[in-house]
Amino acid sequence: MSPAPLEDLETRLLLEAIYQRYHYDFRSYAQASLRRRLRQARDQMGYASLSALQEALLHDPAILPKLLDYLTVQVSEMFRDPGYYRALREKVIPHLRTYPSLKIWIAGCSTGEELYSFVIMMREEGLEDRTLFYATDINQRALESAASGVFALDRIKSFTENHQKSGGKSSLSDYYTANYGRAVFDKALRNRVVFSDHSLVTDAVFGEMHLISCRNVMIYFDRDFQDRALGLFKDSLARKGFLGLGAKESLRFSEHAPAFSEFDRTERIYQRRAA
Amino acid sequence: MNGARVEAIVIGASAGAVQALSRMLPALPGDFPVPILVVVHVPPGRSNALVPLLDGRCAIAVKEAEDKEPIRPGVYFAPADYHLLVERDRTLALSSDDLVLFSRPSVDVLFESAAEVYGENLLGIVLTGANDDGSAGLRAICDAGGAALIEDPDRAYAAAMPSAALVACSGALTMPLESIAAYLVELADA
Repeated sequence: MSPAPLEDLETRLLLEAIYQRYHYDFRSYAQASLRRRLRQARDQMGYASLSALQEALLHDPAILPKLLDYLTVQVSEMFRDPGYYRALREKVIPHLRTYPSLKIWIAGCSTGEELYSFVIMMREEGLEDRTLFYATDINQRALESAASGVFALDRIKSFTENHQKSGGKSSLSDYYTANYGRAVFDKALRNRVVFSDHSLVTDAVFGEMHLISCRNVMIYFDRDFQDRALGLFKDSLARKGFLGLGAKESLRFSEHAPAFSEFDRTERIYQRRAA
Repeated sequence: MNGARVEAIVIGASAGAVQALSRMLPALPGDFPVPILVVVHVPPGRSNALVPLLDGRCAIAVKEAEDKEPIRPGVYFAPADYHLLVERDRTLALSSDDLVLFSRPSVDVLFESAAEVYGENLLGIVLTGANDDGSAGLRAICDAGGAALIEDPDRAYAAAMPSAALVACSGALTMPLESIAAYLVELADA
């Protein structure tokens, strides 16, 4: 008899325990990836089973942040998918220029790669001074890491290549200092950034945004969670505001699709309809 | 083989994959009834040019896998830079989780998730490749009661991947590439 049904039961109980005890809701995450991550957490944190992990978690809140790192942290790259940033520069930013002040929300910012990409891009485009950046994630430790602006130096090579391909108008090395194997990004890049602990699933609408970028976050949700998050984006966007998704995400199956028009099909950029 | 009905086929290939799949998949009939999920290692940033190439040459439908898409007969390729997984409700899932054995997409990730869902009704195939991705996944398929098929390492373009798979799964059937399509057709008819 295969062990899968028992592990499924343990998974359901563990997710329920996390929700009831700590109010983090993973119950409607896409299960196949989540199971992989839970197994990795179980093995690397040294528990014999998910129920053993559950028992420890219920009695010791200090275990939660460690588990959240396994379940939520998403290592990305600066200017990942350079074509996305190129499309923003060439097609979206001309619209954004017409506003006297701008709000940009990086939803699910994890350790900050996408956030710094946006700030640098907006500085290059001469729009940083009139923009407020909101960087949110459900993982407090990831937010702290994002706010530190420190990345391993061996990642800089690919960041730099991406930045150039994205139409970068400066050199990425202008923004960091290399130090003992680490690249420390200029803290002035965070002058206009507000970091906030926010859940796309359980928290409320977030301001009148001109651009929301949420990439490779919703593929981890099931359809119900996806629709909740998309409803939140719809209600958080200003009229004619923009929504950028991951390269393999779309609004196609969402009940909120009619509220958006396809602005750049290839790069998955959508625009909130006026009415 | 184990005698159970095959409800899905998963294939992993790396170095030499384009040539191997260009020979194997066009030999399948357009009404081949079993879904085929494929992971080929493609460098990130490169779009998967294999999909339009093969779709033009195959009688069977070939497409890039989409997140949450229901699995139907046809060939689905993992997109470049995303893992491909199978959900219990027999839909496809993509993830941008960390690389596994330096690879995204990873053969192991696809094989292990498919093994959980299809159990003994799954056939895993490891073709040519110059690394050992796929071994752990093929092992998982065998452990779940599924069937394993490996391209004959002595005749494969790159022997490392099929050889490693054979070590991990010594009961697997091996055959040269040119026999695999006919074998699949026979299996689907049985």
